[in-house]
Amino acid sequence: MGILSKKDSKLITDPLADNNPITIQVLGICSALAITAELKASLVMGIAVMFVLGVGNVVISLMRNIIPSKIRIIVQLIVVAALVIIVDQVLKAYAYELSKTLSVFVGLIITNCIIMGRFEAFALGNGPWRSFLDGIGNAAGYALILVAVGFFRELLGSGTLFGYPVLGDAIEKTGVYSIGYENNGFMLMPPMALIIVGLIIWAQRSRNKDLIED
Amino acid sequence: MEKKTDKNLYTVIFAVVMVLVVGSLLAFTASSLKPAISENERIEKQQNILYAMGYNQNEETTIEFISTDKVAEMFKTKVKDQLVLEYQDGKIISKQTRQEYMDANDGQEPYLIDVKKQQAEAKKGNPRKLPLFIGENEGKTYYVAPIYGKGLWDAIWGFIAVDEDMIVRGTFFDHAGETPGLGANIKQRYFMDDFYGEHLLTSNGVFKGINVAKGNNDPKNERKTDYKVDALAGATITGDGVSAMIKADMGLYVPYFKNLKNETN
Repeated sequence: MGILSKKDSKLITDPLADNNPITIQVLGICSALAITAELKASLVMGIAVMFVLGVGNVVISLMRNIIPSKIRIIVQLIVVAALVIIVDQVLKAYAYELSKTLSVFVGLIITNCIIMGRFEAFALGNGPWRSFLDGIGNAAGYALILVAVGFFRELLGSGTLFGYPVLGDAIEKTGVYSIGYENNGFMLMPPMALIIVGLIIWAQRSRNKDLIED
Repeated sequence: MEKKTDKNLYTVIFAVVMVLVVGSLLAFTASSLKPAISENERIEKQQNILYAMGYNQNEETTIEFISTDKVAEMFKTKVKDQLVLEYQDGKIISKQTRQEYMDANDGQEPYLIDVKKQQAEAKKGNPRKLPLFIGENEGKTYYVAPIYGKGLWDAIWGFIAVDEDMIVRGTFFDHAGETPGLGANIKQRYFMDDFYGEHLLTSNGVFKGINVAKGNNDPKNERKTDYKVDALAGATITGDGVSAMIKADMGLYVPYFKNLKNETN
């Protein structure tokens, strides 16, 4: 990466794979279970978290020397909540359709442990630029897993991707349905999200043995 | 040595200043964006009513509303009348035209009546206002009524367009926070389209409603007099919520339609 130093670019690339917030740190699982039945919802949630975490990390980093340590968690919570509400209101005024898609996730963004985790672990101890990169990197790692889970759940559960039928018509029995394939309703249930995340964790750790804890 | 930021007084002052700054920022954002948000909500209601009447820009499986720049004009020409019925104890006790209602309510349009508030009024024992939008599509008269209920997580609502026999001619459903891919699918085209042609009244004129039924033995919904449409996988409670709100809110309009029948016969 030309514009970023090696150390800075690692802030973006590490969370994508070997320090992924979902598969390695096992954070943000709740929202991964709740909304990944659709690929579109996964993508929207990923982008929303990327914005909130990127900007939130910068705000916390700028305030890091004046935040009283006794109430720092509350301050972090206020920053996330305020950012999410402002984003939601602006979208409602200028991108109404998108805001309707997003409204389901607003509550989930505020309670996302990755956000509080990055504020606490990184933004409180680093400058704004590096905090921004860290926020974007971690949110991208989170989005990557969400999209992967959303892809499998929507494809195998509803036979569609982004709402478009790709496996044929289940009622008219065309495409793969004509040879006896059925949509797997279990894929749409939250436990299946947990199983898919588990499979990704398994695949990642068997590929890189250093990730296995003793 | 204790840092300045660890002192109690500093912490209290910081907290107060932070609350004031964030509070004012949010209040400023909310008040400055309110007109734009209200306008969007108004447009959305008009789009939804027109959608239930069959006016849209749909392609095969998509849901496309009449575009925002055309919707006001379209609403004016296609929705011929807006009635406000007052309902109490199983009877319609009064009927206001659009103009009468607007004169009595500072010029507020009947389509902006808050159904949730009206449900609360009825619970208190007061009369409930029932808006009804009358329009035409392809030479037929459609009556559109708003419905409002509870899904799994939050509110669900919609509009049902029926003809004078209370046979469904179009629907629109929406939700505040149902699970994407599961309950949120009440807003999908295939679910809404299934209601077309379903009967709300039995052949004897008794109101029966429509059940969102699991294991419906008619997945293509060809039998339109079985009072059932196919349920959504993994969304039992949201589906039950849809059945319940149709039963509760559409049932109130039955006296109006009975009168209408008697008048025309």
